[in-house]
Amino acid sequence: MRGLPLAAWAYVCGVVALAAGLIAASSFAELDWNKLAVLALLFLVCDSAPARLNVARARVSLSFAASLASVVLLGPVGAALLGLVAVVTGQRFFAPIKRIFNGAQFALSGFTAGTVFDLLGGARFHPEQARWVGNVIGPFLGALVTFVVVNLLLTAGVLLLSRQAAPRELLRESGQLAVGCLGYGMVGLLIAGLWPRVGPFAAVLVLLPLFIARWAMDQAYAQQQAHAATLAALCQAVETKDFYTRGHSERVSRGSVMIAQEIGMRADRIEAIRYAGMLHDVGKLGVPTKVLQKTGTLTEEEFAAIQLHPMRGLEIVRNIGFLDEALAGIMHHHEKVNGRGYPMGLAGDEIPEFARVISVADAFDSMTSTRSYRAARSIEEAVRELRRGMGDHFDPQMVEAFLRALDREGWEPPNPVVLPDDDVVETTQQDHDDPSAPLRVAGGDGVRHR
Amino acid sequence: MTGRVPARERAAWRLIDSGQLLLIATAGLFVVVAVTQVAAVGLRQPNVAIIFGVLIALGELFRMVMPGNREVAPVAAAGAMGYALLVGVGPEGAPPGAPLGVVAAEHSALQVVAVTAVGMLVGSLPHLALGRVPRPDAMARRLFTVALTALCFRPMLVLGLAWYLLLAVMGVVVIAACFTDMLIAATIRAEAVRARFGITLRDEADATMALCAATGATAMLIAVATTAMGEAALLIFTVPILVTQFAFRRYAGIRATYLETVRSLSRVTEVGGYVEAGHSGRVARLAVAMGRELGMAEEELLELEYAALMHDIGQLSLGDPIPGGATVLASPAEQRRITELGAEVIKETGVLDRVAYIVRLSSHPYRTGREPAGDSGERPIPPPLASRVIKAANAYDDLVGDSADRDRGAAVLERLRLDSAAEYDPAVVEALSRVVDRRPRQ
Repeated sequence: MRGLPLAAWAYVCGVVALAAGLIAASSFAELDWNKLAVLALLFLVCDSAPARLNVARARVSLSFAASLASVVLLGPVGAALLGLVAVVTGQRFFAPIKRIFNGAQFALSGFTAGTVFDLLGGARFHPEQARWVGNVIGPFLGALVTFVVVNLLLTAGVLLLSRQAAPRELLRESGQLAVGCLGYGMVGLLIAGLWPRVGPFAAVLVLLPLFIARWAMDQAYAQQQAHAATLAALCQAVETKDFYTRGHSERVSRGSVMIAQEIGMRADRIEAIRYAGMLHDVGKLGVPTKVLQKTGTLTEEEFAAIQLHPMRGLEIVRNIGFLDEALAGIMHHHEKVNGRGYPMGLAGDEIPEFARVISVADAFDSMTSTRSYRAARSIEEAVRELRRGMGDHFDPQMVEAFLRALDREGWEPPNPVVLPDDDVVETTQQDHDDPSAPLRVAGGDGVRHR
Repeated sequence: MTGRVPARERAAWRLIDSGQLLLIATAGLFVVVAVTQVAAVGLRQPNVAIIFGVLIALGELFRMVMPGNREVAPVAAAGAMGYALLVGVGPEGAPPGAPLGVVAAEHSALQVVAVTAVGMLVGSLPHLALGRVPRPDAMARRLFTVALTALCFRPMLVLGLAWYLLLAVMGVVVIAACFTDMLIAATIRAEAVRARFGITLRDEADATMALCAATGATAMLIAVATTAMGEAALLIFTVPILVTQFAFRRYAGIRATYLETVRSLSRVTEVGGYVEAGHSGRVARLAVAMGRELGMAEEELLELEYAALMHDIGQLSLGDPIPGGATVLASPAEQRRITELGAEVIKETGVLDRVAYIVRLSSHPYRTGREPAGDSGERPIPPPLASRVIKAANAYDDLVGDSADRDRGAAVLERLRLDSAAEYDPAVVEALSRVVDRRPRQ
């Protein structure tokens, strides 16, 4: 916090002063302090266990539900006071300035939302009347949107001014955050509606399923991490067969994701291509080691064995419940745009999108890694080679996307391989992925490019 | 493969054992009585009945399968239990001085059963149309729980209790219903997988407690909200259970994918020509059946399955495949090296440490086990049960392969028995023999 820029300090102080001023200027005569105390407790419990979203830096907590319930039950002043409770949240950050700012921004959001709720006429209805839900839903939605917008804007302000985030990132993340906040905020209406009948018990009934859902989401997240780790470890085990290709799957996966993000794929497809990139060469295990280790020209049969590896890979991973697209990507990652690839000889748009993406990342990593028959090429050389293959071997759109992403994010080529001195280590003499050194196959017409 | 087709066909009626039959018959009886009664008396407050029926049907449409092949329908269950716990239908048109200030709900317990049954049936129709076979036992169990809730709770309504007492009674009834549900599920499971009742009950509690709590809370929420605000409230008060269902569906999906991934990738040893085709899968099936026989809990069984699937993964680090891929024929030192290497690979994941441990010790003989940590005077500790199971299952499959010849199997078992106490745990070998005996004849 020490490195906070002056503008950010001024901003934080301004927000805090505004909140303090508002609360000092209001009257507490009509406030139901008991209700406030129970809601504050609820707020604290919820805020101390925020839910994990896909957005790394921000978390949404069920405290939004408590805040919105207070907007309905207590009005603007009560909601502002409730927001102040965020100062003593149980979340694990200790910087006092952060806590104070959080409290102030929750207070401001609560106050504005409460004011909007009153202005729209929501306070005229009482939950025990008939048709309460129908009458109050309009004002409540107004208040909810106000609350979320004020909250996100104030937070975005401090992130921008303290240079913790770029506007572009914030815009991308705010969509998901807003949905999470709105959803949790809606729950506030449920609590408020039942409060006059069963009191705090309403909160227990509403929040218990949500807390259990959160627990399940955490479990799901843990399982997903475990899944990814296991997949990576198993891929690595497959790679140990060849000393030179270690880390290849991991890097191809990364490259494929770079391209996928650049061409604006949906999040779930990006996830699928991450796995597809990881697994694309798993079928290589079915290629006899002696073929991969052979120096010099391959016979037709040996070449056929290499050509079979995408199908072998498909055979292994077919039963995993992936998107079908990932499977197609694994099967066709050696097709060429000109129709001279394998295993099916598809051309142009017939080649699945995933395969066209993986193909570029695959070739690039192969060229920038050391092979037994040559040293690693420089990134510039590899880029030249990719450009040369555009429209012939690679899909130009994917190459362009990759080069753009490369410019922005850079690429870390693998460390130069130093073979250990013992002779247990295995190396291969053939790399089927390398477009700059095609496999040599003995055929009737001499050397044939793969 | 052809040998297994008749077994599958037979499975259709064989799967329904006596306990399930009793449950289904009871539930069917309930439905017949309920529908007859409702047909005779007529549907009370049809609007409410229809809304709840639609909710139940939708919930049934979106039922899902949780880990352990448990079919659940949280939304339908919450809706049906909520209908069973319904006290009133909102303040609109309530006579002055009515209890709680709302119009009382007039439906009987039998109407709850009838509405639930119809809702479940309607919700199942799309599944049937898609050719998915319904699970009569799971549906009967859900219906039975709802019927029990309704029969316990609805007679209490004549007492005219105040809100807080009502909530307390609801809570007790819901918890009782949850436990009954678990008891029935555990009984059926104990019979289906031949495990002890105590173990399946614990598994059932571990697997469904959280979902049960969420469903019960939402059922009460729905009942209270609809009572207090009328049936319009039903729509927004199902939101929490929808969120819960979404979260659990995601969890179940990822867990299933995880298992599929391990199952599929464990086959790389087969594609690479290191082991016979189908070896890992067969060893895993055998090991899980033996583990169950030996009374392992579901979590342990999952670890056992992972370890069994990956027990040969260390062979990938070998230069050349062992002839025939059968590790049982390799020298002890080599076996040990393979499991050490495999454990290294599995440890890389960072999350499967216990699986790695099981794999590492799966080559160690029963008698000498792992080396004692301290002085040499200590008695050696045998490897963990899961490792002993995998060792025996692996040896059996290495020697028998996918052959279904019973004489060969018997001969191999005899050989393992001779080696037991030194190499194999006698109890594990006996479990293996029971599992093998149960397999359908050729």
